[in-house]
Amino acid sequence: MGEGREMKEEAPFLRVSGLTKQFGGVRAVDSVSFDLKKGEILGVIGPNGSGKTTLVNLITGFVKPDTGKVFYQGRDITGMMPHRIADLGIARAFQMVKPFYQLPAFKNLIIPLFSPRVKRLTGGKYGDRDAIAIDLLEEVGFERDSFVPFKIASVLPHGYLKRMELALCLALRPELIILDELFSGLSMAEVASMLPIIEKLMSENLTIIMIEHRLRELFRISNRVIVLNYGKKIAEGLPKEVMESDEVKKAYLGSETE
Amino acid sequence: MEYRKERIDRGIKARTEDIYALFSYREMLYLLVPRAIPILVLFAVTLVVGVYWQKVLISTAVFALLALSWDLLTAAGMVSLGQALFFGVGAYLTGILNHYFKLSPLFTIPIATLGGGVVCTLLLLPVLRLRGIYFAMVTLALPLMLVRIIEATKIFGGTEGLSGLSGLPSTRFELYLSIIAVLAVLFFFRRLINTDYGLVLRGIRDNDRSVMRSGINIYWYKAQALFMASAVGAFAGALMTHVYMFVGMPVFEMDYSILPIASAVVGGMGTFAGPMLGAFILVPLSEALRGVGGLRIVIYGLFLVIFTVALPEGIFHYFQRKYHQFERWVKVEK
Repeated sequence: MGEGREMKEEAPFLRVSGLTKQFGGVRAVDSVSFDLKKGEILGVIGPNGSGKTTLVNLITGFVKPDTGKVFYQGRDITGMMPHRIADLGIARAFQMVKPFYQLPAFKNLIIPLFSPRVKRLTGGKYGDRDAIAIDLLEEVGFERDSFVPFKIASVLPHGYLKRMELALCLALRPELIILDELFSGLSMAEVASMLPIIEKLMSENLTIIMIEHRLRELFRISNRVIVLNYGKKIAEGLPKEVMESDEVKKAYLGSETE
Repeated sequence: MEYRKERIDRGIKARTEDIYALFSYREMLYLLVPRAIPILVLFAVTLVVGVYWQKVLISTAVFALLALSWDLLTAAGMVSLGQALFFGVGAYLTGILNHYFKLSPLFTIPIATLGGGVVCTLLLLPVLRLRGIYFAMVTLALPLMLVRIIEATKIFGGTEGLSGLSGLPSTRFELYLSIIAVLAVLFFFRRLINTDYGLVLRGIRDNDRSVMRSGINIYWYKAQALFMASAVGAFAGALMTHVYMFVGMPVFEMDYSILPIASAVVGGMGTFAGPMLGAFILVPLSEALRGVGGLRIVIYGLFLVIFTVALPEGIFHYFQRKYHQFERWVKVEK
């Protein structure tokens, strides 16, 4: 995917510079900047309300920034409509799962598979997409020979909905995936069963931004971590280094840590 | 000994709504009969009724078209309280083309259908971003505004309307045209909503942000759904204009907005067949009650209340469920 882009070495895969968004009196995101290389796994952590989800909304176009720019593969995507940004290959999983509750699980995936992006990349006719959808669901851990992929999404347990959220992203054939707390609300066993799926995506050279509260799992897979607090980026670096920083300890783990 | 009712789905549905496994003629008939019923019943009825009830049937078909149009909009997440807008725009367009440009109904009806679709879509384009009740309020207001504009500026005949328009060849022709239109729209919409395209429309109703992140422009799809729905409504208006050979301010009346919704509620929303069935119950019922006199509206209202309380899911959903399930009494084990 996107091999031709390798030539533009000076332009990073994704560049976020000085993003700011104010909601009333609160600066949800306050001049956050970072670069992302192709194939990198970036972790974003921070206490509740530190602006992580707003940051995702700003990058994916669901919220328009007050100031700052987002460049994707050298292209300014600031303020584009969400579907345009998705069309360029940025897929995002919502923290609060957003499946199509009235459709069977595999029919959920028909919608991204029907998008102009996927049509452009692969084509496909009515009916073909059903098979692709079931394959994708299997990829994220739906049991193929069970009834689960055919059940209406509203009756699926939370664990499956989270997996489907990932499948909805993958269906778009993205180049960058932004996972907003994919593991929230999952049991340890469920997280453990989903980690290999993420690791497989890493091996496919997919670029991933992961927002996560489960630090142990996040640190295992991410190359680099940025820490947000009150909308500001307070640290950036290797997972180990970041957690050593005093400011992070204070903000993230509470000031009781000695 | 106690008994309980056991319900089992018939095995014909292979896992999902739209994949069937057919093994025999009996199973093919099982699927064919419900689809053949509306066609056969409607044409059988046209053969036996007199002129008065033929007119009632035409008007019923018109309301059925509006109900189908309403159901498509709802399926795509747009709740309309203003089907009269589509109806009225179609009616006035055909009236204008016929009165001022002397075009025959052969041209006015198709032009008004497509033109009405375009006009209504353009009128509602700025509010496509609105959802739920906000969109509904705008659709409610637009026909009321248009009718006042016509009254105030006295265009298109003002309060008098345009009369002496050309009619259609015969009542039978009007009847068959309207019934064929209803059936065509019914089967087209039912087919459409289960295609991948239709899934996108249903996805927008379910979760529009999730459709956006799937790289699909929801406003483009909503505009398309709006065009289809308003074209159907405009066709109903155009047809009615040539049946009455008159178009005037009443075409924007609330009846045309409310009755389709009542039909959808009585018949069962989201199925297309339900709203159509609802229209074919409510409109003739309203006619039949004319003999009752002053209490007509009361009885009509009571009927609506009883229906919504007794069968909140709608008649069609109820029958569909019964048709697809076996029911039997089994012994309760201890």
